[in-house]
Amino acid sequence: MQIKESSTVYDAIIVGSGAGGGMSTKILADAGLKVAVVEAGPYFDPADPKQQTQLKWPYESPRRGAGTTRVFGEWDMAYGGWEIDGQPYTHKDGTKFDWYRSQMLGGRTNHWGRISLRFGPKDFKHKDVDGLGDNWPISYDDVKPYYDKLDKLIGVFGTNEGLPNDPDGFFLPPPKPRLHELYYIKGARKSKMPVIPGRLSMLTKKINEDRGVCFYCGQCGRSCQVYADFSAGSCLIFPAQKNGGQIDLYVNSMVREVTTNDEGKATGVSYINKEDRKEYQLKGKVVILAASACSSARILLNSKSPQHPNGLGNSSDVVGRYLHDSTGASRAGFIPDLMNRKVSYNEDGVGGMHVYTPWWLDNKDLDFPRGYHIEVWGGMGMPNYGFGFNPNDFNKFFGLPTGGYGAGLKEDVKKYYGSVIGFGGRGESIAQKDNYCEIDPTVVDEFGIPVLRFHYKWTDYERLQAKHMQETFEELIHNMGGEVLGDTPTKEQDYGLHNPGNIIHEVGTTRMGDNPKTSVTNKYQQLHDCDNVFITDAGPFTSQADKNCTWTILALSWRASEYIVEQLKQQNI
Amino acid sequence: MDRRNSIKSIILGSVAGGLAVHGCKPGPEVTEGAAAAGADEHYFGRTPEELELIAELEAEQFFNEHEMETITVLCNLILPPDDKGGIVEAGVPEFIEFIAKDMPHLQTTFRGGLMWLDHKSNTDFGTEFKVTPEDQQKQILDTIAFYDPETPMSEQPLEIQFFALMRNHTVSGYYTSKIGIEDLGYKGNMPNVWDGVPQDVLDQHGLAYDEDWIAKCVDQSKRGIIAEWDDEGNLLT
Repeated sequence: MQIKESSTVYDAIIVGSGAGGGMSTKILADAGLKVAVVEAGPYFDPADPKQQTQLKWPYESPRRGAGTTRVFGEWDMAYGGWEIDGQPYTHKDGTKFDWYRSQMLGGRTNHWGRISLRFGPKDFKHKDVDGLGDNWPISYDDVKPYYDKLDKLIGVFGTNEGLPNDPDGFFLPPPKPRLHELYYIKGARKSKMPVIPGRLSMLTKKINEDRGVCFYCGQCGRSCQVYADFSAGSCLIFPAQKNGGQIDLYVNSMVREVTTNDEGKATGVSYINKEDRKEYQLKGKVVILAASACSSARILLNSKSPQHPNGLGNSSDVVGRYLHDSTGASRAGFIPDLMNRKVSYNEDGVGGMHVYTPWWLDNKDLDFPRGYHIEVWGGMGMPNYGFGFNPNDFNKFFGLPTGGYGAGLKEDVKKYYGSVIGFGGRGESIAQKDNYCEIDPTVVDEFGIPVLRFHYKWTDYERLQAKHMQETFEELIHNMGGEVLGDTPTKEQDYGLHNPGNIIHEVGTTRMGDNPKTSVTNKYQQLHDCDNVFITDAGPFTSQADKNCTWTILALSWRASEYIVEQLKQQNI
Repeated sequence: MDRRNSIKSIILGSVAGGLAVHGCKPGPEVTEGAAAAGADEHYFGRTPEELELIAELEAEQFFNEHEMETITVLCNLILPPDDKGGIVEAGVPEFIEFIAKDMPHLQTTFRGGLMWLDHKSNTDFGTEFKVTPEDQQKQILDTIAFYDPETPMSEQPLEIQFFALMRNHTVSGYYTSKIGIEDLGYKGNMPNVWDGVPQDVLDQHGLAYDEDWIAKCVDQSKRGIIAEWDDEGNLLT
């Protein structure tokens, strides 16, 4: 089979169209450069009636919203999941890592929670605080100007609180708390825990003429048809196209490897067109990988050549290493004071938390390093598949029988509707060299591309953090006069700590650093080994924080993309 | 619509251009996407592969006629019709038929449980469950309708698991239907402007908003005015 080459030479080829790739596309195209965006999944626009799930009712589908084909429910706007037919991954030594992929224009940004937290000064230099992990080669001050521009370009609601490690920004005003969130505020204050308005990238106020304003359906996970939430397609790629950008979009195109020449410089990429299952090549002066931390590592490791025998950018043997996800543990409680609620009003709100708790403690009093923030959910949501299962299970708290049948079940459903509040703790794990993804030499995907094999173990740092989350959640539920649901997870159950990968914040596989022997990219996310290849997804993160990673992916991608434009203009690369 | 179309044409132009370089046809998503604007067909956000799966499942029949009749009788006992409606208008039996095909791991419990019901009814009353008088049907249900909340469901007797499965799908099927959502009173899933919990609800719960907190929240009368800030991040508009 002959590989088909294109004669066009792009200024840059961008692999992936999510947060990192979308931002690179915008910055490069706005600078007048000719770019190719290569996306593994189909074209997607939330304004396309054929693709929309926003404002659909459960009865519009025969499965009433069940998650058979989409793991977060059939209205969730991610094409993919933990498992994708024909695209396996494997594990080493019985360890666990769950790898979530969304293959579509905009990637995971179409469904994500839009929780948009800046990393703070401490987060870039945490080794200085506790001696663990490594410092980033950059500081908060290097990234701050990009966070500031990002807030204004994309829009994020929140409030300036003057917190030392949860920096202020340029916020849109937040929505008022919902009823369950008022209960949360009251409960948290009893334990002297701070609660502040959420920080989410949704437009509570107009930001420009191209995007609509939030209409409070609470369905950002379905991707907003008026572009009132952040998705990489609707907020970065479409505006760049509208602005006259020279952008060729290659959809359903799965990149296999970065091609290089005799000098070891990148010449472009080869990809499989999923439609005709043939291999093609694109040529570019620069290659920007933004396929997700693990996918970009996979592409590098599969890009072997005489000049780069260990995979591209991997002379250090660090590609794929230091893979880390946020820690996560969850709990829910039944709040009797929220029984028999008035259903007279619509409390959908925005598609996420109106309030949250940033990390609030000092580790010197604790038996684990780093921290976590608390996300809150609850309320009178739209029924979907699963609503009404065990409709009177909470009868057990009143000594009443559970189960039964007849007219009383309807009363039970109404009695308990909206009476549950839930918490998610999302924290920082310490990056470990021995947690990694590598190429499994025995397995290929349906496109013939060698797949990833994961090796990942939590340490007691993360387990003890999860234990603390459980204790905190139980205390909060008791403060609200509630009953904790389910048994307290035991030590043997890692205190309910989710499998790595579950929180879908994988970072660190192409970590940045000043030393080419211990890092993959420099502080501009440029490969130490190959100066015309950059990574603008979360791969270059030296460490996570107790924050979600997307806002930092975007800020760093902006920063790196400006550097690329500058280097191209100066003909340095 | 204008913006949407212009974005679409920009995209289509570049995709077609990009693919033309290689001399291959634009993918189906692209051409169908173009046809979608203004089309009157009902869509519910499925990908072509998902639509195909639904069509395949709908072409199959899992429960036979007798089983479907038994399911209808049983669901009506679980949620008897009232002035708000019942399980038939809510499409619950069809929903259960679809779920049994969509989630094959549930099939044995569904089908085996229905056989258990008929066996029990035949043994106790000499007739199949669906034609047994209601008071006798209820005598059977009374033995399987309650579960021990302290024991995992998978460790409880099959007939109790079966009834829980039927109850779950009956209640869920009803409340995910149009009439069920109306009956529940859910008011959302439509464009609106959230401006806080109504006063009567706050009063009922003995809660109030902090003035400091509310002062930071969105002034919904100014939501349409483009945001501007001073250099310190204070919103000016």
